[in-house]
Amino acid sequence: MPRIRWHIVVFLAPAVLVYTAVMIFPLFNTLRLALYSEVDQARVFVGLQNFRTLFGDPIWSEAFWNALGNNFWFFLIHMLVQNPIGIALAAILSHPRLRFAALYRSAIFIPTILSFVIVGFAWKLILSPIWGIAPSMLDAVGLKSLFAPWLGKEEYALTTLALISVWQFVGIPMMLIYAALLSIPEEILEAGEIDGITGMAAFWKIKLPLILPSIGIISILTFVGNFNAFDLIYAAQGALAGPDFSTDILGTFMYRTFFGFQLQLGDPHMGSAIAGAMFAIILVGVCIYLFGIQTRLRRYQL
Amino acid sequence: MKTRNALLALMASTCLAGAAAAQDTTITIESWRNDDLALWQEKIIPAFEAANPGIKVKFTPSAPAEYNAVLNSKLDAGSAGDLITCRPFDASLALYEAGHLVDLSDLAAMANFSDVAKSAWQTDDGSATFCVPMASVIHGFIYNKDAFAELGLEVPETEDEFFAVLDAIKEDGTYIPMAMGTNDQWEAATMGYNNIGPNYWKGEEGRLALIKGEQKLTDEAWVAPYATLARWGAYLGDGYEAQTYPDSQNLFTLGRAAIYPAGSWEITGFNALAAFEMGAFKPPVKNAGDTCYISDHTDIAIGLNAASPNMEAAKTFLEWVGSEEFANIYANALPGFFSLSNFDVPMEDPLAQEFVSWRSECESTIRSTYQILSRGTPNLENETWGASVAAIKGTATPEELGQKLQEGLASWYAPQQ
Repeated sequence: MPRIRWHIVVFLAPAVLVYTAVMIFPLFNTLRLALYSEVDQARVFVGLQNFRTLFGDPIWSEAFWNALGNNFWFFLIHMLVQNPIGIALAAILSHPRLRFAALYRSAIFIPTILSFVIVGFAWKLILSPIWGIAPSMLDAVGLKSLFAPWLGKEEYALTTLALISVWQFVGIPMMLIYAALLSIPEEILEAGEIDGITGMAAFWKIKLPLILPSIGIISILTFVGNFNAFDLIYAAQGALAGPDFSTDILGTFMYRTFFGFQLQLGDPHMGSAIAGAMFAIILVGVCIYLFGIQTRLRRYQL
Repeated sequence: MKTRNALLALMASTCLAGAAAAQDTTITIESWRNDDLALWQEKIIPAFEAANPGIKVKFTPSAPAEYNAVLNSKLDAGSAGDLITCRPFDASLALYEAGHLVDLSDLAAMANFSDVAKSAWQTDDGSATFCVPMASVIHGFIYNKDAFAELGLEVPETEDEFFAVLDAIKEDGTYIPMAMGTNDQWEAATMGYNNIGPNYWKGEEGRLALIKGEQKLTDEAWVAPYATLARWGAYLGDGYEAQTYPDSQNLFTLGRAAIYPAGSWEITGFNALAAFEMGAFKPPVKNAGDTCYISDHTDIAIGLNAASPNMEAAKTFLEWVGSEEFANIYANALPGFFSLSNFDVPMEDPLAQEFVSWRSECESTIRSTYQILSRGTPNLENETWGASVAAIKGTATPEELGQKLQEGLASWYAPQQ
């Protein structure tokens, strides 16, 4: 009979217990809560009725699809703006002849460690049409006419918030890619140079294929982060995610439903149903990545 | 030996001190009025504690926007304070029905309040009152008297005069005619729609007819205020779409705007900040001589947590909240929060006196969306926020807004179906 290695159990226990208590148990309890409803002060089991309401009732489903669509737009902006800029910055930073690289690296990374509340509040002030520096800066270069109260316009608000979030988090892809770039051995690049591949061509033909797995990881981190997003929108626009729900994402929709807002009373059961839908969306997204993309990425032995 | 005696003496004294402290009951108040923290700590609580030795009071407010959510979580978790500051109508009614609030109908102090004052904290049939009413807020417009004098403007009585004044301020260009933004949404509904609206739907008459299902939100009386709000957009500051509530307050108190659509709760803050003289005028009527209606909204009350371990002390406090002494302290320390009690409370603040004087000239009503009509999904109050913003921005016509609100209300409210 194999001996039980008690030290493994003992050392794993704190992490397993804490993680179970604060993550796994609440997750499954929330999913369970979604199957109940409150009738006359009593909790009754209703099966999938909450989900039927969420997707079938025109008022609920309109709010849900609006939030989901906004979420996709939020994610798309991150994929199209944050990640390419992060990769470009990492490529520039890893250039051996760049001076003050450490300074740039820190400066770009610092916003990542700021609280959402600070970022939301600071950007609201910067973009404020009354006190903000954005209108006067644009005025100084003669482009005042380009200024609009972006956070207050239905058509711009979500994009503006997405770009603020990009500003905050561009340091993360940059750091990950930077680390991946540094791990590429010099010999490979030198071998390429002998074959006549230098400069931009070296980046596209040698470095980019080698960092593709890192880009994949960043994409999935962005996906999970964006579909769980809540803080920035709540800090900047409040729980109603104005104007006219144009910045409403699944996180704010769930918060409003779960905890209630102003005269609207909280409904933990519908709120849990939305949380369940969010969980399913993220799960599907991650599975598509893990089984559909990651297994097909070609890896090179360095 | 000596050290042991000293130790014993020390232990005995700690025990005695502990016993003395244990005689004091500490009651905790949950509230969303974090602006009033200093007032409670410096005036209200000392006055109560002086009259009731042995009871200590702690005032623990949370942020207004989070209050309902925080309170509900605390009540469910059993960690809420002994006394609960009550929002009007359904939020508190739900707490009562869930057994979190105690029926206070037999509290002696309840005799000091009229039925209208208590209506916001009663069951639908009026059989149980579960919060002691504290104060109401009145809507109107606060204006910069210096600016009006400088431009030679008169206080408007009718709607035409109101827009003529706005035109004159805009023409002159020194001041932003009106300080309001649509970013936070609620101002547009609370200080816009429900401020000017009662003159259109004739106060209580229209409000109760809507609840009974005799009027619809598509009726002229309910759509017309949106048409008036649509005209406001032109007089708000540049970029009002992204202007927040604190932005508007600052614009006005810094003297950059001439008129501020207000609730009387602003008075204390504005008195502290504004360096100019302020006046107030009531929502303009359509034609000179029309009966005027004001929104005199039952806003705040205080109830007893059913899970409180200090029931007796808390009831003593509630009796005191219903007394004339409290009404005097509260209304004068917080000009703009007008007592709902039957006592005749003299107001020292001229601006507050101006607001409260309308009670004798006009018919009082409360905000149209608060009683019963915001019970379902979609929530009429929240929808009204969005609709008022859309009206001001001009992104939807008044008729479309009325149609949308009516459909939402009819989807769950039987008398409107």
